[in-house]
Amino acid sequence: MPEIKVTPLGAGQDVGRSCILVSIGGKNIMLDCGMHMGYNDDRRFPDFSYITQNGRLTEFLDCVIISHFHLDHCGALPFMSEMVGYDGPIYMTHPTKAICPILLEDFRKITVDKKGETNFFTSQMIKDCMKKVVPLNLHQTVQVDDELEIKAYYAGHVLGAAMVHIKVGSESVVYTGDYNMTPDRHLGAAWIDKCRPDLLISESTYATTIRDSKRCRERDFLKKVHESIERGGKVLIPVFALGRAQELCILLETFWERMNLKAPIYFSTGLTEKANHYYKLFITWTNQKIRKTFVQRNMFEFKHIKAFDRSYADNPGPMVVFATPGMLHAGQSLQIFKKWAGNEKNMVIMPGYCVQGTIGHKILNGQRKLEMEGRSTLDVKLQVEYMSFSAHADAKGIMQLIRMAEPRNMLLVHGEAVKMEFLKGKIEQEFSIDCHMPANGETVAVTTNPSVPVDISLNLLKREMALGGPLPDPKKPRTMHGTLIMKENSLKLVSSEQALKELGLNEHQLRFTCRVQLQDPHSDSDTLHRIYTHLKSVLKGYTIQHLPDGTVMVESIVIKVSSCAEDANTKVLLLSWSYQDEDLGSFLSTLLKKGLPSGLC
Amino acid sequence: MKLYCLSGHPTLPCNVLKFKSTTIMLDCGLDTTSVLNFLPLPLVHSPRLSKLPSWVSKDGTINLEKELKECAGRVFVDSQPEFCLPERELLDLSTVDVILVSNYHCMMALPYITEHTGFTGTVYATEPTLQIGRLLMEELVTFMERVPKAQSATCWKNKEIQRMLPGPLKDAVDVWTWKRSYSMQEVNSALSKVQLVGYSQKVELFGAVQVSPLSSGYSLGSSNWIIQSHHEKVSYVSGSSLLTTHPQPMDQSSLKNSDVLILTGLTQMPTANPDGMLGEFCSNLAMTIRAGGNVLVPCYSSGVIYDLLECLYQFIDNANLGTTPFYFISPVANSSLEFSQIFAEWLCHNKQSKVYLPEPPFPHAELIQTNKLKHYSSIHGDFSSEFRQPCVVFTGHPSLRFGDVVHFMELWGKSSLNTIIFTEPDFSYLDALAPYQPLAMKCVYCPIDTRLNFHQVSKLLKEVQPLHVVCPEQYTQPPQSQAHRSDLMLELHPPPMPYRRCSVLNLPFRRRYERVYILPELANSLVPSEIKPGVSLATVSAVLHSKDNKHTLQRLHAIPNVPKKRKRVPEEPPVLLGPKPLLSGAVPLEAFLATLQKHGITEVKVEETADGHILHLQAEDTLIQLEEDGTHIVCDNNEPLRTTLRDLVLRFLQRL
Repeated sequence: MPEIKVTPLGAGQDVGRSCILVSIGGKNIMLDCGMHMGYNDDRRFPDFSYITQNGRLTEFLDCVIISHFHLDHCGALPFMSEMVGYDGPIYMTHPTKAICPILLEDFRKITVDKKGETNFFTSQMIKDCMKKVVPLNLHQTVQVDDELEIKAYYAGHVLGAAMVHIKVGSESVVYTGDYNMTPDRHLGAAWIDKCRPDLLISESTYATTIRDSKRCRERDFLKKVHESIERGGKVLIPVFALGRAQELCILLETFWERMNLKAPIYFSTGLTEKANHYYKLFITWTNQKIRKTFVQRNMFEFKHIKAFDRSYADNPGPMVVFATPGMLHAGQSLQIFKKWAGNEKNMVIMPGYCVQGTIGHKILNGQRKLEMEGRSTLDVKLQVEYMSFSAHADAKGIMQLIRMAEPRNMLLVHGEAVKMEFLKGKIEQEFSIDCHMPANGETVAVTTNPSVPVDISLNLLKREMALGGPLPDPKKPRTMHGTLIMKENSLKLVSSEQALKELGLNEHQLRFTCRVQLQDPHSDSDTLHRIYTHLKSVLKGYTIQHLPDGTVMVESIVIKVSSCAEDANTKVLLLSWSYQDEDLGSFLSTLLKKGLPSGLC
Repeated sequence: MKLYCLSGHPTLPCNVLKFKSTTIMLDCGLDTTSVLNFLPLPLVHSPRLSKLPSWVSKDGTINLEKELKECAGRVFVDSQPEFCLPERELLDLSTVDVILVSNYHCMMALPYITEHTGFTGTVYATEPTLQIGRLLMEELVTFMERVPKAQSATCWKNKEIQRMLPGPLKDAVDVWTWKRSYSMQEVNSALSKVQLVGYSQKVELFGAVQVSPLSSGYSLGSSNWIIQSHHEKVSYVSGSSLLTTHPQPMDQSSLKNSDVLILTGLTQMPTANPDGMLGEFCSNLAMTIRAGGNVLVPCYSSGVIYDLLECLYQFIDNANLGTTPFYFISPVANSSLEFSQIFAEWLCHNKQSKVYLPEPPFPHAELIQTNKLKHYSSIHGDFSSEFRQPCVVFTGHPSLRFGDVVHFMELWGKSSLNTIIFTEPDFSYLDALAPYQPLAMKCVYCPIDTRLNFHQVSKLLKEVQPLHVVCPEQYTQPPQSQAHRSDLMLELHPPPMPYRRCSVLNLPFRRRYERVYILPELANSLVPSEIKPGVSLATVSAVLHSKDNKHTLQRLHAIPNVPKKRKRVPEEPPVLLGPKPLLSGAVPLEAFLATLQKHGITEVKVEETADGHILHLQAEDTLIQLEEDGTHIVCDNNEPLRTTLRDLVLRFLQRL
């Protein structure tokens, strides 16, 4: 039985460094190649030595597919392609291709320039890596090679996020990456057609959460920001430069406009301008409303939001600052946090998920004393708020996607083990399909049961269809008989006659002749007629003919009558049939041996 | 398989393909050349146009004073301009399942087809095609509705009267079917039926046919289409270009192995080189401006204009035109310029890589930012106060019959300082200018048509090797004006199948195979046997299921004999439709005798005959006739023996 094998190198019962290996129909595919925010050592990247102990990965992988630009999905890409070694194709959508190198460069700068790490990928490596990227368009079927094809669907999570459908022959896998089933202020909802894959690999970040309506969360968020500003506090919102940041900016921008607020809103890093530019150029990837109105008013041109300078952090008075990165694990957001943490008037709002090990994760878990580098400690006095704005599907959304795609098997990644366990139970119960949740390095094999595509000769098909009556009736099965010719890689189903002809074989006729004696005191022709009447009553639905040359034909079986030389009342019946009518011939000879019933006229 | 040809215009095609069980309309082009027979629609009252004399036939018998006006010896219909629609009587258009659109110029008749024929299907188009197509329709509707004309001339269409009119009105065909423009409501309703597709996306139609758009290189989002089943392939090539302009390059290799290739939309200017024309355009423009004149460029609001602006962007400073204002006037000018910047995925590689920086892919963004290019929705409003001369104006419609261009013709036509430069190839410039004669303004004709020329197309066909080519009849002979140019036609072997308006072609297809799927259970139960090296056979008896045009074979499960209540003969007759396998091979005498012996049949008398042998089984009084291509068993009254012999013979034969 063919199998699809899946091994997560990262994101198996975990969030971070997504990297999933899939083997399908003899092809090996790497899905995502991310880094882990919670680690600063080797565990930061997936363990590529699983694929091979020595040397490059090119000959072991047919392609690499990146679902979106978040670093936990693409952060290890230059390391993998340039330092471990991979020269094959890397697929990602246009927006991902545009934004991914910028985030990688940012990540590199923080790691190498600020933390002073060596043995890390260089700017040149990022450039070389991006040269291997082949851009994907939505719904375009890309032929990786003769057998492997991939197709991207809209995933909604961030600009350019995609789900991919991977197909080899009649086997298929869908990988969701991160996705969102409800449209938000700047992106649309994920969508996939009823593609019935053998396996659906889904993220499960919010496996146990059913989130309240987006409107409520937005109102809550605005209320908290507003209150803090009113009492003169400073609000820090750690974000990633692209994605949630734009959504929250649109939200605050419209609120400031409506409430006529004057407190400044800043956006850290030089990325803002650029980031918003990407949104303008890739407007076709945003939601319906923004796309419809972009000619009149571009939602990504902000009036109230200004660029941030480091010195502003010490300015007196209220302000709102968006700073990167989103989990407070490094960079500007961490610096501002340290400055503001001591004042209880201030507030930090974490708008997304935080990976274990990051400061974001620690303060969300209520930790009030943080150990910093150089053995100092930091007292956290400011208010800590968590608002789930990260655009992942919740449990309801995941179930909705399963209903859309109708997979035969399910596999969960990108979530916490306990939560996965719960969702797995729900899925198995509701859909009666197997659901897997392998840990990193653990392999799951899913058996598939593909049908075999065959070319049937149109003559044979039409003949069989005609037998079933003029209109096809799905309830009435039609039997068909033919010969399957297997030659090289082709499978052809033809009628037996055509098979003989095509292969240059001679036909061998096998015939049987059988004499049956019968007591019947009538003339020969009367006896023949009596046989005809008898068979007519026994064999319903058969073609029975009384021919003028003194024979009865049942289908292709010939019956003749002659009188015995000695006794005119003893008749000799001659039955002759071919092998093709063997069943009927055998039946008739046995039947006629029993004689004719008396009541016949 | 049939092709119904509903349009005779080679670059604005409308064909319907019946392929397997589907009815597919290929493009929905609107022939707008009919508007040349009408008087221009001025935006502001034009004393010249309103004073044109009525036309009266020489003998004075026909006097349609209200409908027909004369200008410089030509007769024009004074009415809302009308368009020549695709033929609607050739087949029932409500049976069309899908419409495939190849580019935004070829969808302008869509509202006429989807709104008034009972059409209930789906239209497939790429996103740029839909968005820009919508803009062009919106523009057309605005042009017409802005200057409503009370009168709709119909008397001239009377056959008896039309016959008496001078040409070209006399020769216009099917004038009764000509229609006025549609409304915005009809446009919206038509476009709501569009389903978006991406290049190389495979779209299944009813399980029977797969259609897929391919980049055609002609305009933003323009596509050729592949229509195929598992064993047949039709390529539809419409408006393709191999030149490097702004769109993504043409995908040629996917057109390979077509049974039939339908070829439309070749260049309308086979002798004009687009690059040369662009050069002439620039130099004429510069010359006029330097001499203090204005330049008028009648154009569509999307397409070549992007390339013209890009060319000017590079040219302006070198030619010292930095201070000359460039105006782009159209109800959709702003939208067109904005939309062009957001379709990076559909652009050529160079432009695509710009958005990675991120920069807008087209340089007209910079022209707008630096105030060198200004766009207005019409001549009314801001334009009238900001307008400075000498200037360059890009505006529509290229037919010069409606749109803001009419106003500039009236305004600038009388001065020989000004120049009109024609770049769109859809209309004859002499016909376009006819109602403005006499004209003092200079006319320059540099049509830019980037579509395939005959040289390129014959090279392409050599490469992709379709079995048959279908094309408009115009492509099978040289153009009338250049009858000696045998290089300006298609010469192919076998010769292309030409069509004209209202043709119905039988496409030469020999369908021999169909795809069927053997379900795993049945596949596992098959027993293949090798009959030649590399060739195996297996007999298949199965249940055929056909649903949604998909056929599957399932394992045959014995149908249990349901006992019937009525009295039956002791044994049921066998199932009527049992398998009827054929046999192949031969039964060798010696080996067969040995087998008989093994089964206790020893008394065999062998007699040689002309074609083989007769075996007489003396103890059983049974004959077996063995021949090269047949075996005959004559056996009376001993059914067990007969079946034994049968099975022994079968051991030597191959069942098929």
